[in-house]
Amino acid sequence: MSKKEVETTGHSWDGIEEYNNPLPRWWLIIWYICIIWGIGYTIAFPAWPLVKGATAGMLGWSTRAQVADKIASFEEMNATVEAELAAADVTTIEVGSPVHNYAVNMGAAVFRANCSQCHGSGAAGNVGYPNLLDNDWLWGGTIDEVAFTVQHGVRNETDEARYSEMPRFGADELLEPAQIDQVVEYVLQISGQDHDAAMATEGAVVFEENCVACHAEDGTGDIYQGAPNLTDAIWLYGGDRATLKETVTNARFGVMPAWGQRLSQAEVNAAALYVHQLGGGQ
Amino acid sequence: MGLIDKHKIIETNGTLLMVGALLVVTVGGIVEIAPLFYLENTIEDVEGVRPYSPLELTGREIYVREGCYVCHSQMIRPMRDEVERYGHYSLAAESKYDHPFQWGSKRTGPDLARVGGRYSDAWHVDHLTNPQSVVPESVMPKYGFLSDRYIEPEYIEDLMKTHRIVGVPYTDEMIEVAKEDFAAQADPWADTDGLMERYPGAVVSNFDGQDGITEMDAIIAYMQMLGTLVDFSTFTPDASR
Repeated sequence: MSKKEVETTGHSWDGIEEYNNPLPRWWLIIWYICIIWGIGYTIAFPAWPLVKGATAGMLGWSTRAQVADKIASFEEMNATVEAELAAADVTTIEVGSPVHNYAVNMGAAVFRANCSQCHGSGAAGNVGYPNLLDNDWLWGGTIDEVAFTVQHGVRNETDEARYSEMPRFGADELLEPAQIDQVVEYVLQISGQDHDAAMATEGAVVFEENCVACHAEDGTGDIYQGAPNLTDAIWLYGGDRATLKETVTNARFGVMPAWGQRLSQAEVNAAALYVHQLGGGQ
Repeated sequence: MGLIDKHKIIETNGTLLMVGALLVVTVGGIVEIAPLFYLENTIEDVEGVRPYSPLELTGREIYVREGCYVCHSQMIRPMRDEVERYGHYSLAAESKYDHPFQWGSKRTGPDLARVGGRYSDAWHVDHLTNPQSVVPESVMPKYGFLSDRYIEPEYIEDLMKTHRIVGVPYTDEMIEVAKEDFAAQADPWADTDGLMERYPGAVVSNFDGQDGITEMDAIIAYMQMLGTLVDFSTFTPDASR
């Protein structure tokens, strides 16, 4: 195409003139198509504000419906296996079966979203929050006991929750300060740590009179009362002299929510099966 | 020379161009912004949402002061992954008494819109004092100093009155007994009938486990009520909203 046929704008600067070229046709066509598309789009989707509400759009699309649909579609996909998991007796579920595989994967996701904040992302726990990888259990480590703990939690407002409370032996003056020192030495003795033998002998009497009801005569604890084993090297708050004294004086106990109120039965079973297969399950 | 060629008039007249541009921007602004103030489907009333109690409001001030919003949003978006992780997506009405709101999508830490009731008070104390003691991979700074800062509800009435100016329906009664409510919420042995009536669903506890009211008490009181006001078992989402 020859430029000479194009009109000029009539401007001239030092003899340089400006062509008045029209916009390229392809560009113009795309522009018009976009306008038409835009009008169609506002008819199809929610757009125009009217007196009371905005137009809903011909397609009836909404963010809320979209997310509900998406969740429903995944629930439908997993409905069969989840129903099976929810109804399953966790004690007899076969390891390696499709339901078990599904439960372990689902349980891992449930654990990361709900449990890891206290028990750690690797389930190794923290001071005051039990390690779930070892075979030392406060409330029992068989699969049905773990599932019960997940379902009902510990020391919460629900009736079924696991519940026990160590008395505040020092703060409530149930024991003399000297007796506390003695019983701490005894606990150091039975857990195989450095201790003062003479005080430990005195402490054994204090222990016999005050502690055996929960921690058992040999100090190995009682899972029916959530009383920890004091003879091993596993401690929830710490097993050194100062920490033990603090625990006997003021007592301490953690809490755990009743997850049955927040999670579905399938999710509770999945979390229990996941935790049980981590290595500590009995 | 049809109408389409008349643009030369505007293009060669600066004042006219400015007036024209202003007109276009005004129309655009009115069409896009004004309807949000009157359309029924952008203003959803939800049962259960109430103004913050004095202690919660104080905790919220601390939350804002410490810049928690830089890493934590309070807005669960309507997407499957967020709903599965955090709970029901946030409703606009749930932040209607927020000045300023805490929405956002930039999350260095997790969303906190529904953190209420998720953890125990003791966990919050542990976590705020030393986040890495409970979440080793966390990059959150330590806020243990909050436990050492004892607070008095000295300016709580002014604060509530200011919120009332911008539309939070604090009644004269609420402001009158603000100091009592402030103290009662952090005292499990206090008479809290009035507090619970004025602020249903408020969590009463000695949040930080020590005597006296500290900033730690206030911020945990705020944490423990976030996202708990609406009962979603009775809530039916209207798809058009």
